[in-house]
Amino acid sequence: MSEQKTFKVTIDNITVDVEAGTTILQAARKIGGDVVPPAMCYYTRLQHSGGYCRTCLVRVAAGSTADPRPMPKLVASCRTPVMDGMVVENITNPAVLEARKGVVEFLLINHPLDCPVCDQAGECDLQDLSFNHGAEATRYEFKRRTFERIDLGPYIQLHMTRCILCYRCVYTADQVAGKREHGVLDRGDHSQIATYIQESLDNEFIGNVIDVCPVGALTDRTFRFKNRVWFTKPVEAHRDCPTCTGKVRLWMRGDDVLRVTARKDQWGEVEEWICNECRFEKKKVSDWKIAGPTRVDRHSVISAGHYTNILKPNETFSAIMDGQKPKQLMDIHDVSEVNNVDLNEIKGPATGATFDGNPKSSGVNVTDIKTGEGRNLEGTDSTNPNTP
Amino acid sequence: MGKKILLEKEHIEGIRYFDTYRKNGGYAAADKAFKMSAADVVEEVKKSGLRGRGGAGFPTGMKWSFLAKPEGVPRYLVCNADESEPGTFKDRYLMEFLPHLLIEGLLISSYALGSERTYIYIRGEYAWIEDILDEAIAEANRAGYLGQNILGSGFNCQIYVQRGAGAYICGEETALLESLEGKRGNPRIKPPFPAIKGLWDCPTVVNNVETLAAVVPIILMGGEAYSKIGLGKSTGTKLISACGNINKQGVYEIDMTISVEEFIYSDEYCGGIPNGKKLKACIPGGSSVPILPANLTLKTAKGEARMMTYESLADGGFPTGSMMGSGGFIVLDEDQCVVRHTLSLARFYRHESCGQCSPCREGTGWMEKILHNIEYGKGEMKDIDLLWDIQSKIEGNTICPLGDAAAWPVAAAIRHFRDEFEWHVLNPEEALKRNFGLAHYADPIEVAVG
Repeated sequence: MSEQKTFKVTIDNITVDVEAGTTILQAARKIGGDVVPPAMCYYTRLQHSGGYCRTCLVRVAAGSTADPRPMPKLVASCRTPVMDGMVVENITNPAVLEARKGVVEFLLINHPLDCPVCDQAGECDLQDLSFNHGAEATRYEFKRRTFERIDLGPYIQLHMTRCILCYRCVYTADQVAGKREHGVLDRGDHSQIATYIQESLDNEFIGNVIDVCPVGALTDRTFRFKNRVWFTKPVEAHRDCPTCTGKVRLWMRGDDVLRVTARKDQWGEVEEWICNECRFEKKKVSDWKIAGPTRVDRHSVISAGHYTNILKPNETFSAIMDGQKPKQLMDIHDVSEVNNVDLNEIKGPATGATFDGNPKSSGVNVTDIKTGEGRNLEGTDSTNPNTP
Repeated sequence: MGKKILLEKEHIEGIRYFDTYRKNGGYAAADKAFKMSAADVVEEVKKSGLRGRGGAGFPTGMKWSFLAKPEGVPRYLVCNADESEPGTFKDRYLMEFLPHLLIEGLLISSYALGSERTYIYIRGEYAWIEDILDEAIAEANRAGYLGQNILGSGFNCQIYVQRGAGAYICGEETALLESLEGKRGNPRIKPPFPAIKGLWDCPTVVNNVETLAAVVPIILMGGEAYSKIGLGKSTGTKLISACGNINKQGVYEIDMTISVEEFIYSDEYCGGIPNGKKLKACIPGGSSVPILPANLTLKTAKGEARMMTYESLADGGFPTGSMMGSGGFIVLDEDQCVVRHTLSLARFYRHESCGQCSPCREGTGWMEKILHNIEYGKGEMKDIDLLWDIQSKIEGNTICPLGDAAAWPVAAAIRHFRDEFEWHVLNPEEALKRNFGLAHYADPIEVAVG
């Protein structure tokens, strides 16, 4: 049994050699490209994960060389091990694409589609999935299931309405954080991720649930509403951390570190888990040794805004304009023309009061980062420690 | 007259207690089995052609022979008594009146499979039956049929009863095992199958109550003789729990040689439909199986009489057939509304979906909402097609068969009763006041084949 065997698998007419015990999904990832089924709940580094979301369904046209019968149903590629001589159809089978389209529709019927105000937007697996595999519109005409927002301690906010119940955070808490304080309550379409008796999640590795969450259900309270991810520049950095490896990715805007996450590979999976201190407490450039910009290979908008591969237009503006110089069309000014408020003086979000002769006042939607816990009815958050 | 095998002694007063059961020939099969080798017992069950009575109808002997037998690892037998399918109540009857028949069957099966700790996972609502079983197990322990060194064979076996917490999904075998382990009752992803990795990652066989009880007569009369009862591959007797619009609701033991028509109309069984009403539809195997209109209930698409067997009920596949399922026989007369009936099933499956995989979690709720709209006069024509599309995207794409079970009744209702759905959409106000009635269903019209 111990000898290393390799199996030949054919996925969408491309044959690849993989080790025995590999799943179809991993074999497809070895090939890469379009034949890789999408995965919303499977996570390579989490044992027992996968099989729930059903987006990775494929058809097995031949089980193996020894038993070439096809499998009667579509199978979840993330949990089905390959056999020698297995023939798999993914994008070459219209039934698979149709089933996947159905699954995407199911996942979206209770999803609030609040991407414009969701912090995950831009790096959201569900956005990518529905863009790549979904229909243009939903046929669902009923009220969507909603939940209250819950602050799980000072760092994590749970917005269950957006959750697709992938169970990744449950496995992360089990296998990475070591002490699980949350789980799935209830059943069916009213099942929810919850702590049962509302309390905070306070394990020192629990912040990783934010990284594994494929949607915006678990968000970083130190980053909420601070910026859109596509405006921030990913940078690889590290520090000597006594708890974890300290290898992280900083998301910067200018000189500000807005967010710290673990490094993710091309499938959006965390390479090395990081601790809460690195993730939530170290928000200064001086805390980190910066290695250089990250190149994000993935398809979504976070891959915009790189420092590398910058394309310059072939023609310059003046060439298009026949040698004319562009006229300045809009004057961007420092002082409000309405009531002469110096715009540079405003700190934090501006409100009506700011322009009402009290230019130093800014929006008071700041909760104390260390004490917030429990229900968050206003839905406000932002725990912006930099605002006064 | 059908032969009674399982319920042969049900009329004897006090049969629930060990002494009466023993006096009336009880535990004779156990005595016989312990003189045989374990492999011979499995062989007898294989020969009998016994098929799982829980719904899928998988041959029991084959299931037993799949059980992995690694050295030094315990094996478990689990009895699935989580009978929660709407319309099915045969196991309840069996356990309530003949608890020792189940204990005896479990003992023989445990011996055959080498399970020293055997569990009965009983539906949470059957609280009083748990007490009955506990008492029966205590009696069997005192009589030496359970415990250490049973009948001097050196085989130890103990049976434990575990009550569920009221979840239909825990009747699915892997969800049952999860629940038995004290976890959330979510079905596991297969493979690995329980025969390889089941309870506490050990090889496990999960069987229905009726299946295990049927092992007793198989050992007593021999597998050969048992296989001669019934038609074709539907061997032995089957308990049918009949309910709905019939004169005599109850649990009947049939030997799978009678026709559906005889079962519904004969005085020996259901005794016909009350008040001289006509048959409209029938669900022959519990709420999960496709509903059949009257003409297809009595005759197959080929025009042959439909028999109460696994094969005949499934004749024609899903377009014109149904399934034996768990034997929950539900009869609908001409006053019943198929849309309302489908809605109530959809509500059940929505409530019972475990929420683990997305098609079932989201799709069951969606179907219920659409059916609710149609039933309450807010439906549109496109909703019917949408409903069909949703069910087709749930079926076959889920982890466990609950998704299929939720999709099939909706699919069959639309397939056979589409004009009733359309009537609901077109006459919303009338539909609130009266039922669609019989229309043409009871007429022996030609059925389009294929």
